[in-house]
Amino acid sequence: MIANSHKYWWCSALLAISIILLLVGGSFTALLNFSQAELDFSSVLADSYTRHVISFSFYQAALSTGLSIGLAIPLARAFSRREFIGKQLIIKLFNLSLVLPIIIAIFGIVAVHGKNGWVNQILGFFNIETGHYIYGLTGILLAHLFFNVPLATRILLQTLDSIPSESWRLASQLNMQSRHIFITLEWPKIKQQLPSLISLIFMLCFTSFAIVMSLGGGPDYATLEVAIYQALKFEFDIEQAVALAMIQVAITVALMLFSAIFLKSQPMSAPSGNYFRRPDCHSLSSKIADGLSFMLASCLLAPPMLAILSSGINSNTLNVLSQPMLWQATGISLQIALSSGLLSLLLACAILFSTRILKVRFKLMTLAYGIENIGAIILVVPALVLGTGLFLLLRPYVDVFSIAAWLVILVNALMALPYLLRVLNQPIQDSFASYDKLAISLGLSRLQRLRIIEWPLLRKPIAMGLGLACVLSLGDLSVIALFGSQDMQTLPLVLYRQLGSYQLDAAAVTAIFLLTLCGVIFYLFERIIGGKNA
Amino acid sequence: MPNATQLKKASPLTNTNVSPSTNVNPSTNISVLLQLDNITFAYEQMQMQFDLVVNRGETLAILGASGSGKSTLLNLIAGFNQPLSGDISFQDISILAKAPAQRPITTLFQEHNLFNHLTVKQNIAIGLVPSMKLDANQQAALEKAAQQVEITELLNRLPGDLSGGQRQRVGIARCLARKQPLLLLDEPFSALDPALRQEMLRLIAKLNKEYGITVLMVTHNPDDALQIADNIAFVENGKIALHAPTAILVDDNAPDMLKRYLGK
Repeated sequence: MIANSHKYWWCSALLAISIILLLVGGSFTALLNFSQAELDFSSVLADSYTRHVISFSFYQAALSTGLSIGLAIPLARAFSRREFIGKQLIIKLFNLSLVLPIIIAIFGIVAVHGKNGWVNQILGFFNIETGHYIYGLTGILLAHLFFNVPLATRILLQTLDSIPSESWRLASQLNMQSRHIFITLEWPKIKQQLPSLISLIFMLCFTSFAIVMSLGGGPDYATLEVAIYQALKFEFDIEQAVALAMIQVAITVALMLFSAIFLKSQPMSAPSGNYFRRPDCHSLSSKIADGLSFMLASCLLAPPMLAILSSGINSNTLNVLSQPMLWQATGISLQIALSSGLLSLLLACAILFSTRILKVRFKLMTLAYGIENIGAIILVVPALVLGTGLFLLLRPYVDVFSIAAWLVILVNALMALPYLLRVLNQPIQDSFASYDKLAISLGLSRLQRLRIIEWPLLRKPIAMGLGLACVLSLGDLSVIALFGSQDMQTLPLVLYRQLGSYQLDAAAVTAIFLLTLCGVIFYLFERIIGGKNA
Repeated sequence: MPNATQLKKASPLTNTNVSPSTNVNPSTNISVLLQLDNITFAYEQMQMQFDLVVNRGETLAILGASGSGKSTLLNLIAGFNQPLSGDISFQDISILAKAPAQRPITTLFQEHNLFNHLTVKQNIAIGLVPSMKLDANQQAALEKAAQQVEITELLNRLPGDLSGGQRQRVGIARCLARKQPLLLLDEPFSALDPALRQEMLRLIAKLNKEYGITVLMVTHNPDDALQIADNIAFVENGKIALHAPTAILVDDNAPDMLKRYLGK
């Protein structure tokens, strides 16, 4: 279309999605081949345990989603109504809920709600006996709320912030009460956001693995993902795992299609920017409502955070830090995290550097989004299944034990890819849409474009994306639970085992150590790659 | 070099149905600089077909409703879009096969003319050599261009520190330093305040007169055309429906389609 422009721009995306599709397709083929005998879905579905697992997966996900959003709506209103010192900091902390390694949060929740946790200690002081309430549905819900209430609140707050300030001025002139404001101004906006929010949180909870594995406490409280893990790890029942995996894939695909119906065209409105004090902040009822929301959220979110931050220094600290096992795990964790972060970044850039041309030059939006969605395929294919399939696929050709680490790297990279695609999509497209014509008219070469336009504009988002991908991989506890061994332990696996054997003091040290490592990685990438202005 | 008034008299009222060559009057010293010969293009189901002759030293305003194809016309000339058929020639030599950077053209866009992370000086220099390493001659050309648009004291600043008008001045300085005979303006001043806009238009008119730069300006403001253009090309439905002296904008006997566009 453009005279003498570079002809092979589509190669990188083709290569990237070919690799992804080959990995996923190969993995599925290997799984199906291994189970040889025709899969008998009807018998699997007739199995009462399978049915129990499916219904529990739905039940806990629905409950988690409902409670998360139910709390997030009043909480988002409270945040939007009130100004106080530290509000921005809290909202920033809420942003971290997607990055915080799940196993660290699980430690915080165990430290607060566990058998000898804070709650039981306080209640014990008054001679109240609670028993062990954490393992089972309660623990799963507590952990899901810990992650999803901040996520939902942040998204809903953004939605409320997009109400134009003129509407608020109008509302105060018309003397609208809190209830009317909710009905006429807030609910219509929230309603637009709800389908995507519900499907996001439901999906996160439905495929939840580490939380259910750690806090479920037994086969009564297993999701499909955990059942797959148990079939693979403990029973080595590939047929059962494949059948469960197929059911899981079918349900997630159905859920995605279902939510896609509601997601047709959602106008993304930018925050209105100029802040206007809401007229409904003075009434007594709103003050009580907001106070209650803040209190409830604090009770839910603050204690585990405080437990994570405060229990790291104890009589065991030096002892734990001097264990060679911890440092060995740190080394392995860093190798895996950095490799998978880099791989994920390469894949994301390969895809986005091609799709931006499709979008900007050729206006082929649907094709571009289709290609980008292939990059997010891991959202419907369980990581454990992918890992096992690859393991079986490659076993005839290579030494199985030497490739376990590579498999973890590969699957972790695919798991981080949807996030990276999201973070990098807009900057990579913008850097092109804004400067493509200018660069062409100035006759800049590929290399010059990279050096003069792309690198300065993209180093910050790339630093952030790479940090995100590495930290996600660093904190991951899914495929490593499958492939990990005494010789190959990552920090989350060490932490999981410490929690499993009730070494809470040691777990506290590992948790804060892992958290620090995540922070350091983020910080280093921002400084080294992000440049001075990062 | 002919001046603007000469050209105004010389340009006959034509439209696309008439062969473009009738535009040229061989008895004067007017020479054809740019010629679009039966250029066709399709964009989102709109078929476009352009014939156009631009004389050396002319200032031509391209008017038309949004979506009529006026920006596409500029993109075709600059080489950002390749036509399906037809030819574009510069001084009788086809430039169709040339890459945008190889064409004797420089473009000022509405926005994103400057790289925000490069200094004003670097932003001008990159128009001379992509490596931004200038020899003595190029350095002199850069300084001269900066002087002409009065931004010498801004050379070491970043675009983010400048006002909208100053940023467009830097863009113009780069166009000047590139010393290309044909300047394409793609609504570059539509985001500026009226006073600044006037100032920019005066600057363009001055560059046109003093340096003989030929100017093609896409605008949606008839006043811009009245102020500096010799001729207007009115684009409608992917065709140049009217190519006439600017005075037609205030002529009561103008064709109906133009009156409709102007809201008369």
